Amino acid sequence: MTQQQAELSPETVLAQIKANGVTHVVWLPDSETNWLYLLMKADPTIELIPVSREGAAFSTAAGLSVGGKKPIILIQNTGLMESGDSLRGWAIGMNIPVVLMVGYRGYTRHGVIQDTAATYTERFLNAFDVDYYLIENSEDAERITIAFNEAERTQRPVAVLVGDEYHGFNR
Amino acid sequence: MIDMTDMLNVFQNYRGDAIVISGRASKNWVNISTYEKRDVPLGDPAMGGHASFAFGLALANPDKKIVLFDSEGDVLMNMGVLTTIAEVAPPNFYHFLLDNECYATTGGQPVPNAQNVAYDVIASGSGYPSAHAFDNLEDFTNNVEEILSNPGPVMVALKVNPEIENEPIGRRRRWQTRTRDQVIEDLQEELGV
Repeated sequence: MTQQQAELSPETVLAQIKANGVTHVVWLPDSETNWLYLLMKADPTIELIPVSREGAAFSTAAGLSVGGKKPIILIQNTGLMESGDSLRGWAIGMNIPVVLMVGYRGYTRHGVIQDTAATYTERFLNAFDVDYYLIENSEDAERITIAFNEAERTQRPVAVLVGDEYHGFNR
Repeated sequence: MIDMTDMLNVFQNYRGDAIVISGRASKNWVNISTYEKRDVPLGDPAMGGHASFAFGLALANPDKKIVLFDSEGDVLMNMGVLTTIAEVAPPNFYHFLLDNECYATTGGQPVPNAQNVAYDVIASGSGYPSAHAFDNLEDFTNNVEEILSNPGPVMVALKVNPEIENEPIGRRRRWQTRTRDQVIEDLQEELGV
């Protein structure tokens, strides 16, 4: 595998987002997504909606979705855990078919985790019965489409965990 | 202080075909509204989220007027959303805030610094291009038509009498006439979604 293949390219992620008809990206910055942010900002087909607390992303996405648009939520795992009640009430409770791309802070491929943000991420999603897919490099990117399809089929939120903290989105 | 039912009766005269997310005013509004399918009483999916939900709905439907009856307790819980609304500035978004200075549905305990918070000032400071505050029905009545005829986003902070509920939730009178799923279905039919 080449170095390029081992990285998660933001262009590939954006292509997945566009291929799935996303109209709005509801997001709060994290260390994984800056380069993706710059690409999205330059794309006229996607509207970026900045929030200042992740819980607001779920209710905003619910309004967009009920109103006929297709949002995606882009946040970090720390903020996801802060958002439990909004995830429960506004996304699961309102049957919102939304994909949340979650920066997996603290994730390591070898499994020795020293950051509790990572320790509790999958446990948190399991507690809310939210399915999730892990992407670590561009070869995994089609899992984003799998997540979109599952969200649509189940009318529930589905998570994509972005386990590429150090070399993908921040060039 | 303004009586909430009196205020809603005045608002009804100028509602037109606006979508109304009735929030904490739902149990009053349900008896006043004459356009039920454009009413969105969601109950309380998760406290603090009504403003961002209504904001999202406004973005998705820029040709529809979106009116929200929010509360000060909700806004205090999610105040950062005011900056998001102000940045994106949907002109079809009308943000009414019912400030009864307490958590009425849990027995009337005061919200933090209950009598000393100016929500219109907070909205203006967050970047809302327009914000108003009313503490009597006459002033509200004299201004609501013009507020609704101008573009948003606008904050209308209203000091209202608390309607405190002390009955255990299970014993309270149900005001809902539709399930939440039916509310969404009716709304989407109106929106053509």
